[in-house]
Amino acid sequence: MTGPLLQVRNLTKRFHTPAGTVHAVEDVSFDIPRGSIMGLVGESGSGKTTLGRALLRLIQPTSGQIRFDGTDIAALGAEEMRQMRRRMQIIFQDPMSSLNPRLKVGDLIAEGLRAFGIGSRTDRRDRVAALLEEVGLSADHMNRWPHAFSGGQRQRIGIARALALEPEFIVADESVSALDVSIQAQVLNLLLELRDRRNLTMLFIAHDLSVVNYLCDRVAVLYLGRMMEIGPTDRVHRASAHPYTRALTSAIPQPDPRAARNRQLLQGDIPSPLAPPSGCVFRTRCPHAAPGCEAGAPQARTISAHHQSYCKRTEELYGH
Amino acid sequence: MSGPASAAVAAPGFRKLLFQRPSSVVALAVFLAIIAACFLLPALGVTEIGGMSVRNRLIAPGGDHLLGTDAFGRDLLGRLLVAGQVSLGIGLGVALLSSAAGILIGLVAGFFRRLDTPLSRLIDALMAFPDILLALSLVAIFGGSMTNVILALSIVYTPRIARIVRASTLVIRELPYVEAARALGTRTPTIMVTHVLRNILSPILVQATFIFAYAMLAEAGLSFLGVGVDPRTPTWGIMVNEGRQYIDNAFFLILFPGLAIAISVLSLQIVGDGLRDALDPKLAKET
Repeated sequence: MTGPLLQVRNLTKRFHTPAGTVHAVEDVSFDIPRGSIMGLVGESGSGKTTLGRALLRLIQPTSGQIRFDGTDIAALGAEEMRQMRRRMQIIFQDPMSSLNPRLKVGDLIAEGLRAFGIGSRTDRRDRVAALLEEVGLSADHMNRWPHAFSGGQRQRIGIARALALEPEFIVADESVSALDVSIQAQVLNLLLELRDRRNLTMLFIAHDLSVVNYLCDRVAVLYLGRMMEIGPTDRVHRASAHPYTRALTSAIPQPDPRAARNRQLLQGDIPSPLAPPSGCVFRTRCPHAAPGCEAGAPQARTISAHHQSYCKRTEELYGH
Repeated sequence: MSGPASAAVAAPGFRKLLFQRPSSVVALAVFLAIIAACFLLPALGVTEIGGMSVRNRLIAPGGDHLLGTDAFGRDLLGRLLVAGQVSLGIGLGVALLSSAAGILIGLVAGFFRRLDTPLSRLIDALMAFPDILLALSLVAIFGGSMTNVILALSIVYTPRIARIVRASTLVIRELPYVEAARALGTRTPTIMVTHVLRNILSPILVQATFIFAYAMLAEAGLSFLGVGVDPRTPTWGIMVNEGRQYIDNAFFLILFPGLAIAISVLSLQIVGDGLRDALDPKLAKET
């Protein structure tokens, strides 16, 4: 079958709290082509983690469609969704708290296999051993407790768990943020290797743009739960068509101290998702905000193939 | 909530920690000795109750009858040990049954929001009654027998376990590894047992130890009041009650079963304290 593996349409997640309604994710649409890695970036509170959870139905979306290989999983029943979990997995941010301290590594990795009754006990042992080797650990690690491992090793265990069910799609939720930079590179390379070997499709959630630039084929920029810009990574990085993305990329540290820098510091804090600004939600901090920006949410403007900006002034600002 | 996290850290060295408190080890040894005596000595024929004999009534402790004889001329030590089997059996039965029921109710209440309110109110209602009064009423309604006493006391003590399990479940349910298990397709009942119950076994064990002690004490109270097991079955409470009539000329009839109750309950409590401190050091300061 061809076409994107994942098609998200008008996905919205609102949380109703005593203080009011939190607009965590609002009307987000995108596709992830098979075998590609999509980066999802944004500040804390931009809704990127909520979006990742909603894609896997770990939280129930308020509205919208999530078509996975043609099936709208937002509408699936509990058991149908459980079956679907064999095909879509997640690697968590914190590799310690996502591992039950009372289970040995072998049992942790075999958990998905057990949940679906795959293989006999010895089959599962063999699979676990192979998975451990695949993620760069050794087979005899299966009899150890998770607390005996370093952060990077634990994240490899988390990756092995996600791989055990041989999924087609993986959400990596800030999966290297908790690791040292040297370890980050190892884990990123492991993810790239696995993508190639297993033809994985991934959504890589991060707040570090340089990591996304290294890993991802395409990148989506989220602000206050709304899509700001989406496109091929190098296009978004080098020829961004949105003032928010430009501010983000200008904040990436440059290795060359003599390189000309044109940093644009954003003023103020991200507004409360309880009361997002009208129209374009970025307009309260946008250096190019104009009177038209407060009326109506901006629609996607196609810049080039697969590159879309959600800024009303894209054309006049960046001459597309 | 300190329970799951600190217990997880403490668990590997739990035996070591227990042995750092000599009082707990002594208490455990005493309690195990009582159990061994009650179940082994009569079975091996070391002690015998003997038949009723007017000639041997109310012999003072010492000589042939180490703890003396009762009003019917039966050996007090022999009877005490056989009665201990019933008393200990009831304590253990209540500890196991109330733990099982409490775990089930607590997990369900903690996991399913819709059932939480009705179950929690039920628990609150049960806990509003004074322990012994509730047990007394239940036995009075259902009739006195060993099974009914165990059932009644289990109903009384189930809320203690259920509350602990529910509170811990509410915390653990939100932990990332539970979400991770769900993402892997693990079904809810498996999550409840593998991920929640496994992490709260230590506080349950501590509470069950205390319930063992409370239940033995409560059983003695019920038996003393005449609403316990069938009076023909000896228990320590019944023996105290029987000895009451001879308190003037044979105080040892009350003294020894009373001591048996006191020593058993006390040693269990000390073991429970030690376990609690070893498994959850933060709780130690509270009580």
